[in-house]
Amino acid sequence: MGQSPDIKRRILEITSIASAIIIWEIIARIINKKYILPSFTEVVTAFLKLVSGGELYRDIITSLNFFAIGMGVAIAVGIPLGIMMGWFKTFDKAVDPIIEVIRPIPPLAWIPFAILWFGLTKYAAGFVIFVGAVFPILVNTYTGFRNTPRVLVESGKVLGCIKNRDLIFRIALPAALPAIATGVRVGMGVGWMCVVAAEMFGVSTYGIGYKIWRWNDLHHMDMVLTYMLVLGFIALVIDRLFRYIVQEWWLKWQTGVVV
Amino acid sequence: MLSIKNLNKTYHTEEGDEVVALSDINLDVADKEFVCFIGPSGCGKTTLLRIIAGLEEPDSGTLTVNNEPITGPGPNRGMVFQEYSLFPWRTVLKNITFSLEMKKIPKSEREKISRDFLELVGLSKFAESYPHELSGGMKQRVAIARALVNDPDVLLMDEPFGAVDAQTRNRLQHELLNIWEKKKKTVLFITHSVDEAVFLADKVVVFTARPGRIKEVFSIDLPRPRERTSFEANAVREHLLATLGAEIQAAID
Repeated sequence: MGQSPDIKRRILEITSIASAIIIWEIIARIINKKYILPSFTEVVTAFLKLVSGGELYRDIITSLNFFAIGMGVAIAVGIPLGIMMGWFKTFDKAVDPIIEVIRPIPPLAWIPFAILWFGLTKYAAGFVIFVGAVFPILVNTYTGFRNTPRVLVESGKVLGCIKNRDLIFRIALPAALPAIATGVRVGMGVGWMCVVAAEMFGVSTYGIGYKIWRWNDLHHMDMVLTYMLVLGFIALVIDRLFRYIVQEWWLKWQTGVVV
Repeated sequence: MLSIKNLNKTYHTEEGDEVVALSDINLDVADKEFVCFIGPSGCGKTTLLRIIAGLEEPDSGTLTVNNEPITGPGPNRGMVFQEYSLFPWRTVLKNITFSLEMKKIPKSEREKISRDFLELVGLSKFAESYPHELSGGMKQRVAIARALVNDPDVLLMDEPFGAVDAQTRNRLQHELLNIWEKKKKTVLFITHSVDEAVFLADKVVVFTARPGRIKEVFSIDLPRPRERTSFEANAVREHLLATLGAEIQAAID
């Protein structure tokens, strides 16, 4: 009675998640085999153990470190390259065939070369994440630049903004920001998926992805499931945080942000 | 002040066809004159305006503003586009300061000048708003202020009120005349509407259907403010409609 739609929605959400947890718990108790399906309470116990030992914290920091390296380089390469390809037609024609050949190769296929070039270091893991993240960023930046409304470029020109450099930074780049933000967001999603694979080959003895494999080897499925949930939760937090930053600062000028 | 001699422009389509957009255009516009271009769709009037703006190049002919040839966009010509052309990521005030930024005028000074122009178009209250918060008519008023702040000699307007409703349109026409009288600019104004031309123009240039030629240059000497429904205005309107009617028929055929 008298509840706002917002509160109603919240209640529905909480009920839905709570029901899922209860059903999970019941099924896990019926099966009663921890190595096939750990129960919710077992996962919570495992989680608390990991938190109190400080282990989980180190794992998260390690994974985020790899992720930051990969994303940082992907942004630093993807955006400028996308700008160049989107603005200079000759450059686009020269570079596009190379990109189209490399782009379809799954990031995980780069693991052998990542190890060969960077050794078993954080840079090898960062490289795999980079390969996963760079193409969505590049392609979206490119598309954003290509779709710069002609009337905005021409308005700039008649208002004295003539040089390529000025047109790129004062008109095309701000016009492309929504597309670039989408690219970064998609790139982060792909990059985070690559974290699990990147840690698989043992660049570190910490990391969320690494721990999934290690606990799997030891058949501690409650630990595996805990790390899986943490992996998903962090992706969610990163995505929400990014969306918030984009909406509040980057693209405040936009109605209904696209990302 | 604006002089166009023997100007021609032909487009080449992808199929290799030639489309003559403008053929042998000769036109002289006096200082502070308000000129309307009118003609059937596709008659090349927008092309001519874009060539004057420096956004396109003619195939042949000469084109001068104050005896200086036009080689590209320049600060002596401002333009208001038919589509909404404000930069959506800039506030209203920052849209207006844009050309002054390009001229490297210090921030406090350019904002002061811009606020004056914002006041001129009656939108001082909206300085910090973003374009998406404005109505269509308000957007075009900001676009006019943005073009005028650069202090051009000629203001080029490509159907600037085409997308707004009839009442707003009438009000904008009034405001434009007020601004024109205050700022004393030469205005070239494209319109589809004979009524608009009769209300605004000192001189109406009627274009033929493709290929675009100038069919008639008609002077309107009626004093302002003009009564839209006066006997004299109706006579001018009838004459223009008759001239234009033949062309629109030709364009359909």
